[in-house]
Amino acid sequence: MEAAKPSLTIAPRRSKIVELLNLRYLDGVMLGASIGLIAFSVFTLASATRHEVAAQPLYFVERQVLYGLIGIALMIFVSRIDFTRLRELRLSLYAAMVGSIVLVLLLGTAVRGSHRWIELPLFRFEPSELAKVLLCVSLSALIYERVRRPFGLRQTVSLLALGLAPAALVLLQPDLGTGIVLVAIVLATLFVAGIPWQHFAAIGAAAALIAGGAYLTGSAAGVQFLHGYQQDRLTAFLHPSDDPSDASYQVNQAVIAVGSGEKAGRGNDATQTELLFLPERHTDFIFAVIGERFGFLGAAFVIFLYAVLFWRALRVMRVSTSFYGVMIAGGIVAMLAFQVIVNAGMNLGLMPVTGITLPLISYGGSSVLGTFLALGLLQSIHAHSRMHG
Amino acid sequence: LYLLDRPEDIPPRLTNRLNARIAVLTAVVIAAVAMVLLRLWSLQVLSGDHYRALAKDHGILDVRVHPPRGEILDRNGRVLVENRTVMSLELRPSDLPSSRSERRHELAKLGDLLGLSQREIRRRVRATPQYAGYPVVLKQGLDRRLLFYLLENKESFPGVSVERTYVRDYKDGTLAAHLLGLVGQISPHQLKGPAYRGLKPGDIIGQAGVEYTYDRFLRGTAGSQRIQVDALGRPRGTLGNLPAQAGDNLRLTLDAGLQGVGEAALRAKGLPGAFVAMDVHTGAILAMGSYPTYDPSFYTQPHTKAQYDAFGNRAGDPLVDRADQGGYPTGSAFKPITATAALEENLISPGTIFDDTGSLDIGGIVLHNAGGAANGPVDMSTALKVSSDVYFYNLGLHAHASGNGGQIQDWAHEFGLGRKPAIDIPDATSGLIPTPAWRNRVYRSRKNPYIDRPWTQGDNVNLAVGQGDVQVTPLQLARAYAALANGGTLVRPHVGGRIVDIHGRTVRRIKPAPQRHLHISPETRGVILGGMERAAMEPGGTSYPVMGGFPFPVAGKTGTAQREGQQDQSWYGVIAPYDNPKIVVAATVERGGFGVESAAPIARAILEHYFRLNAGGASGAAAASAGGVE
Repeated sequence: MEAAKPSLTIAPRRSKIVELLNLRYLDGVMLGASIGLIAFSVFTLASATRHEVAAQPLYFVERQVLYGLIGIALMIFVSRIDFTRLRELRLSLYAAMVGSIVLVLLLGTAVRGSHRWIELPLFRFEPSELAKVLLCVSLSALIYERVRRPFGLRQTVSLLALGLAPAALVLLQPDLGTGIVLVAIVLATLFVAGIPWQHFAAIGAAAALIAGGAYLTGSAAGVQFLHGYQQDRLTAFLHPSDDPSDASYQVNQAVIAVGSGEKAGRGNDATQTELLFLPERHTDFIFAVIGERFGFLGAAFVIFLYAVLFWRALRVMRVSTSFYGVMIAGGIVAMLAFQVIVNAGMNLGLMPVTGITLPLISYGGSSVLGTFLALGLLQSIHAHSRMHG
Repeated sequence: LYLLDRPEDIPPRLTNRLNARIAVLTAVVIAAVAMVLLRLWSLQVLSGDHYRALAKDHGILDVRVHPPRGEILDRNGRVLVENRTVMSLELRPSDLPSSRSERRHELAKLGDLLGLSQREIRRRVRATPQYAGYPVVLKQGLDRRLLFYLLENKESFPGVSVERTYVRDYKDGTLAAHLLGLVGQISPHQLKGPAYRGLKPGDIIGQAGVEYTYDRFLRGTAGSQRIQVDALGRPRGTLGNLPAQAGDNLRLTLDAGLQGVGEAALRAKGLPGAFVAMDVHTGAILAMGSYPTYDPSFYTQPHTKAQYDAFGNRAGDPLVDRADQGGYPTGSAFKPITATAALEENLISPGTIFDDTGSLDIGGIVLHNAGGAANGPVDMSTALKVSSDVYFYNLGLHAHASGNGGQIQDWAHEFGLGRKPAIDIPDATSGLIPTPAWRNRVYRSRKNPYIDRPWTQGDNVNLAVGQGDVQVTPLQLARAYAALANGGTLVRPHVGGRIVDIHGRTVRRIKPAPQRHLHISPETRGVILGGMERAAMEPGGTSYPVMGGFPFPVAGKTGTAQREGQQDQSWYGVIAPYDNPKIVVAATVERGGFGVESAAPIARAILEHYFRLNAGGASGAAAASAGGVE
């Protein structure tokens, strides 16, 4: 109808791309925030890991760019899937999730005494990253099945059991970080599903009782529920020390790194993160690297991007035309927010060291792909509500 | 449940309850994000400068680079002390295995290899300042076997490294050990002293002997290296470098050959003793030794406190330098001092004769000549030749009765006896010349059970022959004799000759001015030296049996001091040549009997070497005169 304007001669092609990329139905703000985060990750890795791998200054950068591109493609692909159909696959998805965790337990490569990943040609596949998303999808579907019946304590208990089973398996790996993220997802999903407040109170009381009882009987029987290093990490932020091999030392160094960034950052004068005062600086402690190199401006900008992401994700919950979608989105919000808060908190000396990555910012294929998969689902829910709303 | 009434495929109209739950979730997320932002603000904006400061001196290690210490050479340029680089075993506690059992296992293995107990290792680790992998030296001077074993088994000893360090290398073993002295880590007390400004804990300084006195020249200037280290204390690059400056070399006045001859002669006696050979005009020490001695290289190795104590407390007190710290009664070797006092104070004239009947009755106490000899009527010269005690007893009595009663004491003090000898090595003793005031004060204080009565004339008589409470070191006697020999100049003895920088340039000559000039008339000097010459060169003289055959005249005086509870102390002091004095030698041997028996042969051996008598006779003597000193 506007053929008279010459500038629109390319319009058909452009709309094809829009069509192909599902852009018309995507949440552009969320898309922008997620691409901004992965770009910031690449920028940080490019400036901070130049000397990490000998003779390969771009080792981490190249790989993270690749993971990012694959992740964005994956996100767009997933956004085109009708997520409501996933409900039909709930048992297969649940089984796949549990199966992948068990597979890691059985086959996984032993790294630092814990089994967390499977060697794939391109990267080490960490099934627990996929499991987080699968749990959001399958648990929501399982809840949805029970929605029509009266929601008694029995339902709550059975759903809780279904949700906590994979968490327990992950803890067996042992992967404390992913385990508690799974627990957070389960609780958030149940919360969004509308489980009565009283049930939550009961869950809380039971958890306190079990934890306390286990601790008492366990220490009496000399059984350790947490590995030594896990115990150290969890309690370390309460009593800092000077031992570089110590978890509390790492927290101390992270706080010094972040603080020393001041307002504008130290740029290439950064010493804390350059001189190995911090371990895992491209993964778990990358937020400290950002804090030191780019200062308050850089770190606050990252938190701002996350805030945008959370805002859009919460908005997806409100605009969704499907209750199933609301629950999935709730789980994903909990998953992302929990990881961001715990990881940033750990870098800022507020939270214990748990080995939780910073979504899209931490280096790593599994983490990046898993996060984009989750964002793809959010986009799919968003697109679904656009189409059907 | 709020959706129970809703058909599943119909899009959910958001109920109030769902909205409320989403609102709660939103509130939780907002709170969490706000918490992170507030914490960021607090760390980076409010306390940012604090953390920036923390981070800045983090990872920077200033390593002090110790300079090589200057060498010590003898007067002819022969190296006595130099530096040796040794492989030392260092332990970096931060690099030890983190597992307790592995750490214990490694330290136990290390302890076995080094012969150190676990307690000792822990003690040394604690004694070393800890910062980012600062090393603890566990052993210096690894032998090759141990070195190769450690290098081959590097992997089984994480945290252990082998480094090069400097230690003192004593080229001639025990030669002149007491004079050369020792080096050691600066003590906390010394660190506060103005002489050690700028030094740091762990620096090595001279702690005894010339190493102590000339430390400021020898020690050089420490450099420093600013190193970037990572969290494990591993060097990651050098940020700056201030090179260390080597210390200057010290040329001594000592003649290593002469020193060796003296020490050998003394050692041959097998008894504790000491000797001093000094230039009579300048006070330059040519040789000075003490027996028993010790091997200073013992101190180049780390030892336990028990080992140090055991080393120092061995029989015969080997660490004591008897040449300047051993105060003994001199016996008749004191007589030239008494003679000077008597002649200069006109108590007698050179021709005054006393009849030596072999004994003298002093207020009821009968004193005898040593050996009970009776020399008949003797004048001063003869009294010195035969060492007539009775003659000098009379001088003691006269001195007691005339003037202030302390003329012998006054002259002894003039000669530097009972006074610090002002030598350039630390801890020389002042000895003691007993005076009435001293004895009465000690008697009244009742602190010394041997001083059980006030001063009497008997004490002065005893002093006149070098007996009783008098204490003189060989160095003091040599200095007093040198004053007689050179016409009254009381020199300041010194071992240091000059300071030479690393390019061989002399940066300082050590020529201490004489302490004072004594007014001794030429007649007095002539009579006394003449008497001493006769004692050495004439048959019947006390040291004639040893010195009689010497190719040219010398002037010497023996001493045989009675000491409570042990055999007599043997003394000999000799000035040579008699007609043109160049060198004075004083020697003493504890429990050595008569002066002529033990001490005189040592002095003769030194003189023979000094005048090259062993090698070329008269031509040697000429060479010695031409060579001179300084």
